[in-house]
Amino acid sequence: MPEERKKILVLFAHPSQERSEVNKLLFKASQTHHDVTAIDLYREYPTFHINIDREQQRLVDHDVIIFLFPLHWYSTPAILKQWQDLVLEYGFAYGTDGTALKGKTFFCATTAGGNEKAYQHEGYNHFSIRELLYPIEQTANLTGMHYLAPFVLFSSRNASEEGRVTGHIDAFNALLTSLATSTLDLSHAASLPLLNRALMQETPETYQTR
Amino acid sequence: MTAYFIQAFIYLCAAVIAVPLAKRLGLGSVLGYLIAGVVIGPIVGLVGSETNTLQHFAEFGVVMMLFLVGLELEPRMLWDMRNKLIGLGGLQIGITTAVITAAGLYFGLVWSVAFTVGLIFALSSTAIVLQTFSEKDLNKTEGGKNAFSVLLFQDIAVIPMLALIPLLALPELVEKAQSVVGQAAEHHEELSLVAGLPGWAYGITVLLAIAAVVVGGHYLSRPLFRYVASSGLREIFTATALMLVIGIAALMSLVGLSPALGTFLAGVVLANSEFRHELESNIEPFKGLLLGLFFITVGAGIDFGVLASNIDPVLGLTAGVMLVKALVLLALAFIFKIRNSDRWLFALSLAQAGEFGFVLLSYTVQNHVIPTDLAQMLSLVVALSMFLTPGLFIFFDKVILPRYEKSENKPEADEITERGTVIIAGVGRFGQMVNRFLVANKIKTVVLDQSVDQVANLRKINVKSFYGDATQPDLLHTAGIEDATMLVIAIDNNERAVELTQYIKHTYPKVMIYARAFDRGHHFELKHAGADFIVSETYHSALELGKEALIALGVHPFKAEQKKATLRELELCYKDSLYEMWKKNSEDSKYSTHFRELFIELETAISKAMKSEHLDEQARVERGWTPPPKDYEKRMNESEE
Repeated sequence: MPEERKKILVLFAHPSQERSEVNKLLFKASQTHHDVTAIDLYREYPTFHINIDREQQRLVDHDVIIFLFPLHWYSTPAILKQWQDLVLEYGFAYGTDGTALKGKTFFCATTAGGNEKAYQHEGYNHFSIRELLYPIEQTANLTGMHYLAPFVLFSSRNASEEGRVTGHIDAFNALLTSLATSTLDLSHAASLPLLNRALMQETPETYQTR
Repeated sequence: MTAYFIQAFIYLCAAVIAVPLAKRLGLGSVLGYLIAGVVIGPIVGLVGSETNTLQHFAEFGVVMMLFLVGLELEPRMLWDMRNKLIGLGGLQIGITTAVITAAGLYFGLVWSVAFTVGLIFALSSTAIVLQTFSEKDLNKTEGGKNAFSVLLFQDIAVIPMLALIPLLALPELVEKAQSVVGQAAEHHEELSLVAGLPGWAYGITVLLAIAAVVVGGHYLSRPLFRYVASSGLREIFTATALMLVIGIAALMSLVGLSPALGTFLAGVVLANSEFRHELESNIEPFKGLLLGLFFITVGAGIDFGVLASNIDPVLGLTAGVMLVKALVLLALAFIFKIRNSDRWLFALSLAQAGEFGFVLLSYTVQNHVIPTDLAQMLSLVVALSMFLTPGLFIFFDKVILPRYEKSENKPEADEITERGTVIIAGVGRFGQMVNRFLVANKIKTVVLDQSVDQVANLRKINVKSFYGDATQPDLLHTAGIEDATMLVIAIDNNERAVELTQYIKHTYPKVMIYARAFDRGHHFELKHAGADFIVSETYHSALELGKEALIALGVHPFKAEQKKATLRELELCYKDSLYEMWKKNSEDSKYSTHFRELFIELETAISKAMKSEHLDEQARVERGWTPPPKDYEKRMNESEE
């Protein structure tokens, strides 16, 4: 019996897309998948006036939620915070009746300017990416979502010069496909520091092309 | 008088029958006119003797066309084209002249005659080519653009040619002419300022006349147009435009220069004028008709007698000239990397001799450079080559193009530089802001306004704007509505704005219309007429002031902004249903609907809507950043236990 395909929602937040070298391409790649609804939040809400009903409906309609953004001061760009503040309402996302998100899968796909060494306890950022995103992880926990490790591209400012972008996009595509077909080992993916690693196990050939 | 009416009727009748027929058969209007001319002239013989006189009159069509070509050429654009102009155009004229001169020498012509013939045949027909390009929509192709640069260079090159040709005068022809000059003297003096002047004085007179056109065009035209435009009478503006063109043509004829060149120059001088588009739209219809007449007379003027007796040399020469020109052009296309079908379009479209050929031929005869009998035969060659040009275009369409279409990919996407002209109709307080905003973001705009003062004010602060009534289809046409992506309508006349929207949506459905509405009723009318985006002129400023008022009255600025956004959202929500109501209402009682009643009705509907949504609306405003209930943790713990 064919497995039912999961529906994926990509919430993309990039306030200066004319400068984007990676995130915009990831967004474009996600638009090509049939199972993915890709939303450009800054395009839809240029005045930050978020339509709460519409956003909640979108969450209800999808099984996998992805935040796609460049890391800004160890967190999401402003509109994603705005989106969380408004959309994840009491009675919808948390509280006794707030069960709308229960059982869904959630993770962050992000890019960091610093290299991977910088995001270590010994590095100048002192925390790993996964640690820096703890507030989001806990939000996922509170709302009953299954939180996966973040999918990260480090040293993103040099990635296109160093030819690392294509491989990263391929990996993202593979990730979306395995999420849609439920072929990703979710509990393994949740336990890792980075989702990139889980993917490497999952489809080594694809990821090694980077 | 009766005879004139009959002649005019025959000419017009021939055009009315032949041109639409030719267009339907895909032959283009130029060939239509030419055929009409041949039919009423040499074949049926309805017209004949007066053709020559008429041709002089019809040459005025060429004069007007060059005026319009000049108007299109801002000096800056000329500068941008300089490489192609000088490279392509210069080489085309240089090489073609050299080859034809060599051929002339080979056939035993005197060098000066051979050289003059070379110069004459190096020119192509701006009239036919530009007309055909715009009919077949070839202007934007690579071949079309390059052909245009070459034509332009040729038109400019005529000036030095006119200066050069008198120096090539043949002594024996001058002698012959001087022996008859006695009889013609009085006649000549009446029509010319320069007859009998020595060479240097003649040169000075010519320079003075050109300077008069340039300086006058630059400094005197504006006050004149302002004076005329302030009267608000359209026909007087038309008269002024005609007066200007005819006046310059007359001046140039008086000093023995080509009127076409004079008006071309005047056109370039006026290209930066705010009256440019209005001038264009006024001259355009005259140009079209007179140019048609010109082609008819070319057809009618084909003398089958002379042709019959010289059939071999004329046909041979025509074929030879066209072959030489096409080969030279083809070689240049290779050098300048014009590719694929564009290469052939470039070579074939310019392979004929042009209307300047006639002008130069009569000029050379006047200046005793070429003997009359040779000139007669050569003008037959010019006419025939022009006659064959539409055939070349058909050859291109039917044979060349299909061959390339198979192997070629789809035409390349438009370059970004070509994209997006926005025409702004009306630059009062509203249109001006829109324009400033767009221009600051590097969007090309064409600005039109009906108030001379407004246009002058804008010019003072370096905003390019043009005088004219934007609701006139021909003005929009000259402002480039066909290629525009958007028309912003910000004119003060409400009904005209709606009519304009209807007209544009009907004629140019691809052009987006962004319109300013006076009020809600006008808003709906514009929407009904098909406008893509409408904003009521005071709507947003009123909302802004309301918000500021709330702040002044003690509401937190952020909250006030939220309230404003909510009101906007509500308006948006109800916009469509209100519009439907308005439409039904105006259909039921078509013209009797009193606007005030309707407006009250709409307002009631809105306040009703606000009321019925009141709880929701309240909730919406309160909804963002709502903290959880006070005892929520207790409740959560309970449910966990």
